[in-house]
Amino acid sequence: MKMNDNIAISQSGYVFNPQTGESFSLNPTAIEVIKLLQEGKSRDEIAVEMTSRYDISISSFLCDLDDFLHLLQQYDMMANE
Amino acid sequence: MLPGKVGTDAYLSPVLDIDGVSVDRLMRDFGSPLFVFSEQKIHSNIQSAKRAFSTRYPKVQFAWSYKTNYLDGVCKIFHEEGSWAEVVSGFELEKALQNGVDGSHILFNGPSKTKEDLQKAVRLGVYIHIDNLDELYLLSEVADEESERPKVAVRVNLDAGLSQQWDRFGFNYENGQAWDTLSKIVEMGKLDLKGIHCHIGTFILSTKAYAVAAEKMARLALEVFQKLRVRLEYIDLGGGFASHNTLKASYLGGPDVAPSFDDYAEAVASAIYKVPFKTSELPMLILETGRALIDDAGYLLSTVLSNKRSATGRRYTVIDAGVNLLFTSFWYDHKISPAQPYSKYFEDVTLFGPLCMNIDMIREFVCLPLLNRGDHLVIHNVGAYNVTQWMQFITLRPNVIMVKRDGDCSILHEAETLSDIKRKECL
Repeated sequence: MKMNDNIAISQSGYVFNPQTGESFSLNPTAIEVIKLLQEGKSRDEIAVEMTSRYDISISSFLCDLDDFLHLLQQYDMMANE
Repeated sequence: MLPGKVGTDAYLSPVLDIDGVSVDRLMRDFGSPLFVFSEQKIHSNIQSAKRAFSTRYPKVQFAWSYKTNYLDGVCKIFHEEGSWAEVVSGFELEKALQNGVDGSHILFNGPSKTKEDLQKAVRLGVYIHIDNLDELYLLSEVADEESERPKVAVRVNLDAGLSQQWDRFGFNYENGQAWDTLSKIVEMGKLDLKGIHCHIGTFILSTKAYAVAAEKMARLALEVFQKLRVRLEYIDLGGGFASHNTLKASYLGGPDVAPSFDDYAEAVASAIYKVPFKTSELPMLILETGRALIDDAGYLLSTVLSNKRSATGRRYTVIDAGVNLLFTSFWYDHKISPAQPYSKYFEDVTLFGPLCMNIDMIREFVCLPLLNRGDHLVIHNVGAYNVTQWMQFITLRPNVIMVKRDGDCSILHEAETLSDIKRKECL
């Protein structure tokens, strides 16, 4: 599970996809998830890490994480593996 | 995560309570979804409307439009505030009578009066607003049979300058139908001609249209006096004032474009004063406005059932209130507020109801904070037409309650149960 190398992400959460020309804004939680993705963490590892940082159940977090990962795929930001 | 370059911050106040009673408590005590009416708001709306008109015109009478909302608890507030009843069927007539309204304070509109309806109305001294000639002749028969002289008004349709002229109800002003009917009634001598009525349309954002209608009606009333020697007691301008809802495809929001009661009153009163009545002979002005008096006193509380993504990645949120309860969502973009504090991150959402029907969409595009299953929403301006046009379809209809001025809550209409539905089935 890896993001495309050409996706530009600023520290403030501004995302630019040069392939499609689309730009997006990330909220702080999404920035943390992206950073973990960039560190090569898997879905489950991200869930464990984030639920240790925040008071949220694994199931609730996974629901939102899956939604987010699907969106990244939808917007062509994930690398084909 | 939101597409776009503008950023994600947006501000929308959460609605945590209705007239001081917490939304959470209301939903805990009465279930979800839940219609809530504010007694305080109903009183303040009718008082504002009365003030606007009665400070500009000497004889004003409001008549509560039963079809807009005929829950007894709602109707009774309007009657407490002095409103008569405006009904459009035998069913509504009976409801008004059971609410304690005297027949002499009931206006009977509608195109479908049966002989039995007319007989009852005549016996009770109801003002019967004649819609068509068949009805006129039927009423004439009833008058003979009952040996009574029914009180009547003639429904008039007219060109008020609107793009869509309503001509379904009553007799046309411009082509002379209305005058012919008025003459006929006077000639017949069996009916007591008391007034003329018009209803130029619904959700009318133009005060000028009311000015045109009011002047035409006043001139017609004067002409009736001058040529037929009948002094009409009243001119009834019907309803149609806009509420603060936002019509679909409207560029500006409802609150920005809806005239105030003062705006409507100024237009109407100024127009009538153009017609040379003696002050002592001015006809009473009757107003049957419904929507503008009740829409913003009604709320629909709902709960988020689920979130999902569309084929294109759009966020879909499903709530437990559908178009079966919120008929008006077909023509309004209802304002929707979260009912709990939320983060500052929003996303464009399509809001669906719970019905297994593709048409069950409450808002096609609305920007809302990220909601989770179990979160609550408040849908605003639902007081008009929804609790009369709602359907028992797929699910059962919920409780309707009123938050009273003292903070107490009472049920206006109990939630349906399966046995309510089955009781009517015979096989």
